[in-house]
Amino acid sequence: MKIYVTFDINSTRNAILKEQLDKLGVDYTIEASNEINFNEKLTTDQESLLAESFIKYGITIIDNQKSELVQRIKDSINEMLEDDEASLYKVSSYLADKLNYSYAYLSNFFSENTYTSIENFVILKKVDYAKELIANTDLTLTEIAYRLNYSSVAHLSGQFKKTTGLTPSVFQKIIKKRKAFNYNN
Amino acid sequence: MSLTNLNVLLADDDEDDRWLFEQALNDLKIKTKLLLFKNGKELMEHLQKANHQPHIVFLDLNMPIKNGMECLIEMRKDVNLKGIPVAIYSTSSSEEDIENTFVKGANVYINKPNNFEALKKVVDKVLQLNWQYHTSNLNRENFLFRI
Repeated sequence: MKIYVTFDINSTRNAILKEQLDKLGVDYTIEASNEINFNEKLTTDQESLLAESFIKYGITIIDNQKSELVQRIKDSINEMLEDDEASLYKVSSYLADKLNYSYAYLSNFFSENTYTSIENFVILKKVDYAKELIANTDLTLTEIAYRLNYSSVAHLSGQFKKTTGLTPSVFQKIIKKRKAFNYNN
Repeated sequence: MSLTNLNVLLADDDEDDRWLFEQALNDLKIKTKLLLFKNGKELMEHLQKANHQPHIVFLDLNMPIKNGMECLIEMRKDVNLKGIPVAIYSTSSSEEDIENTFVKGANVYINKPNNFEALKKVVDKVLQLNWQYHTSNLNRENFLFRI
């Protein structure tokens, strides 16, 4: 005996998505044919579970793959900034060597998926690091500049001011006052 | 994290300013969902009962009924609201006002730009920064920018 079937592709897709998503036991809404919204962030385990159950149906979580490379780029930048030797390299050659893609590809990919460029992210990250050191250590600006591989205090101060709109000393004053204000309340 | 909509709230008593802000957001590449409030009281009432926390709140300082500073202080005292990034959006450029809002827990201080292109640029910059704080390993304690 033989039977013939026909598909309504939308119902099929929704039924599969629903069946697999329900198994996770979390709240979600199917926003569009290719977009699922979760009320709460999935854990890494939940994400891989979902990815696994989807793959049987030929469904791939696109965004996760994208954000994985973005994350690897960000992690490499963090490593680079924290490693004294690595910080002597140029960002472009360091990332290209480490991640095995051309820098042009990485740079485009990053910009397309994060609203910012690798260059800007590196600056933001360095300034964040400088903020951390200004707020929580007794290091002088000269020492901080040296540690973050700036050629001079002027260079650090300039980039700090340009990025945050505040000079390092004003930032330091505000953070101190804020801490005092929080303790008093 | 994906490039999903950022939930943005704005409290400003000036109707024109609210309208301009909305137009500016619509012109940006970053996708947003905006809710507008006419004063601090409306905003706080919404925040108290909302199921989802916004990604960022823009606060005008001078508003009737409840001003921006009062909202900021209330938010920072509330366990559920203290983590929401706040951008002060004001015409005041007094150093004292600026410092005071930072000390009370504001994350960004914006001088209201006087033309539309500048406004778009400024809002875009704030949303980009905010997005980085949501998705990257940056220290929230030091989320402090004057734009």
